[in-house]
Amino acid sequence: MKIVVCIKQVPDTKGGVKFNPDGTLDRGAMLAIMNPDDKAGLEAALRLKEQFGAEVTVLTMGLPKAADVLREAMAMGADKGILVTDRVLGGADTWATSTTIAGALRNIDYDLIITGRQAIDGDTAQVGPQIAEHLGIPVISYAQEIKIDGDKVIVQRQYDDRYHVLEAKMPCLITALSELNEPRYMTPGGIFDACDAEITQWGRADLKDVDDSDLGLKGSPTKIAKASDKVRKGAGEKVVPDSPEDAVAYIVGKFKEKHII
Amino acid sequence: MDFTLSKKHEMARQLFRDFAENEVKPLAQEVDEEERFPRETVDKMAKYGFLGIPVPKEYGGQGCDILTYVMCVEELSKVCGTTGVIVSAHTSLCVDPILTYGTEEQKQKYVPDLASGRKIGAFGLTEPGAGTDAQGQQTKAVLDGDEWVLNGSKCFITNGKEADVYIVIAVTGIIEKNGRKMKEISSFIVEKGTPGFTFGTKEKKMGIRGSSTYELIFTDCRIPKENILGKQGQGFKIAMHTLDGGRIGIAAQALGIAEGALERTIAYTKERKQFGKSISGFQNTQFQLADMATKVEAAKMLVYKAALKKDEYRTNPKISYSEEAAMAKLYAAEVAMEVTTKAVQLHGGYGYIREYDVERMMRDAKITEIYEGTSEVQRMVISAALLK
Repeated sequence: MKIVVCIKQVPDTKGGVKFNPDGTLDRGAMLAIMNPDDKAGLEAALRLKEQFGAEVTVLTMGLPKAADVLREAMAMGADKGILVTDRVLGGADTWATSTTIAGALRNIDYDLIITGRQAIDGDTAQVGPQIAEHLGIPVISYAQEIKIDGDKVIVQRQYDDRYHVLEAKMPCLITALSELNEPRYMTPGGIFDACDAEITQWGRADLKDVDDSDLGLKGSPTKIAKASDKVRKGAGEKVVPDSPEDAVAYIVGKFKEKHII
Repeated sequence: MDFTLSKKHEMARQLFRDFAENEVKPLAQEVDEEERFPRETVDKMAKYGFLGIPVPKEYGGQGCDILTYVMCVEELSKVCGTTGVIVSAHTSLCVDPILTYGTEEQKQKYVPDLASGRKIGAFGLTEPGAGTDAQGQQTKAVLDGDEWVLNGSKCFITNGKEADVYIVIAVTGIIEKNGRKMKEISSFIVEKGTPGFTFGTKEKKMGIRGSSTYELIFTDCRIPKENILGKQGQGFKIAMHTLDGGRIGIAAQALGIAEGALERTIAYTKERKQFGKSISGFQNTQFQLADMATKVEAAKMLVYKAALKKDEYRTNPKISYSEEAAMAKLYAAEVAMEVTTKAVQLHGGYGYIREYDVERMMRDAKITEIYEGTSEVQRMVISAALLK
């Protein structure tokens, strides 16, 4: 089985988001990490590799320094890394990004593509499903569990209050949730090997069946007018009722008070 | 000369830091309080290859260099001195001598299990009457047919009861050297479970309280003849050379403890308010922190330099790293003691309370001035190199 995991280097938002005066993200001021949902997707792929002997390729699009995230993935156990980087691809929104990644994926054999649900810097959750659409393959999003049965994947798709069990024939694409698993650490030997390994680098010329008008900033229909940090929620009201009944009565009372029920 | 870490080392440091923060730090206080060997952490470290970092891949190791191993012990010790010494004693005092002096059969038999962490290693040199004076050994090994028979005891053995493979130093005869009668000392590989090999009481220690420190007792303990490590009579050299390497590990542990204490003290002095402002706003605090940070940085340079020298030795065994290792151990240990003591002082009353990490760190730091050669022994080694 051949698995491709699409990963993204994102700023670590743990210590808060830093902005430039013009409202764009100050990426230099934040540590760069592998996007958590993507890392869970990679872990899922590595577990399938252990179970079925798959070959795992990691692919990313970004600046040359995004190779770091590929090396991290390889130090965790991925077999190959592909970096798609080119000046003309800069400033891409989700449409241009998915077009680019699909153009790269057309060069590779795959049975399964795994992406994270969404990246913590953009939070759109669009790129994974768009890639599947470009490639004309089925997509199952929000995976909280992945199983393989012959040439099919069986995936639990998370919903707010339930999950759906979906089945798809490979090749297909799955978008992974960070809750899917606990990603492994790198190993010291894995780091040494990954740093010595060659990373395949592709530019615009290597993308298959894509139109220039769909790439980079000029191929991006989305224009960011303004970016801001999340508005923090207030501390709320803390109540410690004496019994579950009291708790229910309190909550129902509040709902009524706010005309929710 | 280049003080920049390579990409490999930067990534390795990040790995060890993440692991230490997520897996080791949450247990550090409990392990100390309960004097409990952190078996669950050791199992996780084994899974990720931390117990075979500088071991070649053909023996099941990670194939990394000494600097990477040193950074591992350093980062672990930043949050837990106990965990740092478990890795150091295992790697430097057991795996290293087998790799350096073992026969191919011994390497094949022991190193893959040790490097993967399926087995833990320990080293027995110290005896009740033979600490700094290693020639004072009383433990004897007598060849009887195809077996060596060991009798005697070893004390203060790190990883004591938790280990599976032990390097044991013993007297195998009397030789004459320059007209003087001397003990002939040899080293042996002894496996846990060998009849006649038992454990004495567990030591109750001031610091590194989670590390398992035991007396090893040998009573007519018979081991196969082929379990001699190196040649008969080479034991003293093996022990001294092993301790040279061990000192780099302990120097890394001391460095980590000092760095951990400094980090916590910087954070604390920013938060703690007295006379209406953070105590970091007082010049006394600022100067103390400046001195602590400068010494920590100097210790780091010495420790990394010793690690690089040992790496150089691995490709060119004609050179010695003994002096560099002794300087690193001497300085880092004394810096660890000084920095942790100042850290406690800057924490005031809270620094004396067990809830605060610096209290544990000060207790952990003290041993780094004592084991694997006291600071006085390091001064002997350094001055001997200067005056030879």
